[in-house]
Amino acid sequence: MEWLSLDLLPPLLTGLKTTLLLTFYSIIVALCCAFLAGIGRLSRSPILRGIITAYVEIFRGTSLLVQLFWIYFALPMLLDIRLSAMTAAVLALGLNYGAYGSEVVRSSILAVPKGQIEASIALNMTPYQRMRRIVLPQAWAMMLPGFGNLQIELLKGTSLVYLITLMDVTYQGITLRSYDISRTPAIFAWLLILYFIVAYALTLIIRLAERKATAGRG
Amino acid sequence: MWDWQYAKSILPKLLEVIPTTLAATFAGFIIACLLGLPIALAKRSSSKWISFPVIAVTEFIRSTPLLIQLFVLVFVLPQSLGIILSPFLAGILGMGIHYSTYLSEVYRSGIDAIPKGQWEASIALNFSKTRTWTRIVLPQSIPPTIPVMGNYLIVMFKETPTLSAITVVELLMTAKVVGSASFKYVEAFTLVGVIFFLLSYPSALLVRALERRMKRRERRGLAR
Repeated sequence: MEWLSLDLLPPLLTGLKTTLLLTFYSIIVALCCAFLAGIGRLSRSPILRGIITAYVEIFRGTSLLVQLFWIYFALPMLLDIRLSAMTAAVLALGLNYGAYGSEVVRSSILAVPKGQIEASIALNMTPYQRMRRIVLPQAWAMMLPGFGNLQIELLKGTSLVYLITLMDVTYQGITLRSYDISRTPAIFAWLLILYFIVAYALTLIIRLAERKATAGRG
Repeated sequence: MWDWQYAKSILPKLLEVIPTTLAATFAGFIIACLLGLPIALAKRSSSKWISFPVIAVTEFIRSTPLLIQLFVLVFVLPQSLGIILSPFLAGILGMGIHYSTYLSEVYRSGIDAIPKGQWEASIALNFSKTRTWTRIVLPQSIPPTIPVMGNYLIVMFKETPTLSAITVVELLMTAKVVGSASFKYVEAFTLVGVIFFLLSYPSALLVRALERRMKRRERRGLAR
């Protein structure tokens, strides 16, 4: 395949570095939000539950791209601060997918058999010990498939940051296109291939984690 | 920093484009629904020559961003095949193709949930293949998937701002234009967020209620 020429690859790979970094940071923020919100939604305090429910429903009820624009353009004006494009993107992606992830966390914790919790109470474990030693390790194995899907969605969501001028792989592709329009098909073919490779790598990582989480369990 | 007067003045401009956003959502959804079914059937095909390529292509579409796929429709198609689509047509086609890969999974799970006895019974009754599908399998497998389909309709509604990247004039695009005219982005983007929430949240509640009802009915069916 002559048209899929390799000289397009170096500039695209510099952009891919930004995409990977952004994906990595966003996944970490999303995981933190998902666990905090997912566990917090099971708390007894109605105020805490209300705040967390509002966060989850607002971020699930509006568009990721609208959130990205709001955080990048509107929030700095409202609070009179300056956010870099990277910070805004990590915030938007992390908060958005954290809201979806919190549902995965919550439903997995609720799916841990009641007898396990009763047994840990009978063993006089503190609530913290119960969560850390009994509930979360079992729930974690159930969360992984859901997290895997969200991870791929998040990766696809990173392509939108080009619209707030963050120089990710999509941005590099569009820039290359403006130098030589005749190579448009090759550039977009490369973009699709690169995204697919990263998505596949993420799937493999989740599969590895799944195997580790269920090791030694029937 | 929030100007109520200004917010009120730009609201009509935003409300005006809601029909476009909704039209794009529904048109994309219909394409996805129509395309999803043959994909689901091809994935279940007993011939590896049919099922394997279809699975490979749908996995590829699912793992790559909609934005890039839209760019392919708008920039690559005219250049390599000479097909020029209007932004709106490219937008609904792109969304339709992207989400048909998701809906095919929904159909497939619905079809796979049909008890084996139903297939055997239709063979015993000497039903033709078409009759088995149209009279026995599809009528039973589609209704339980309706709540999930509803969820995807909402997901597609929230995906419409992506179409602004290929210059479809929907809510976000309008907010950008309005905001850039006055450099007051706060009101414009906040209103768009509120509009999205007001439209999608009640729909989400409706879908959840539907889901609960379906589950109850399923349980009753099992008890019988």
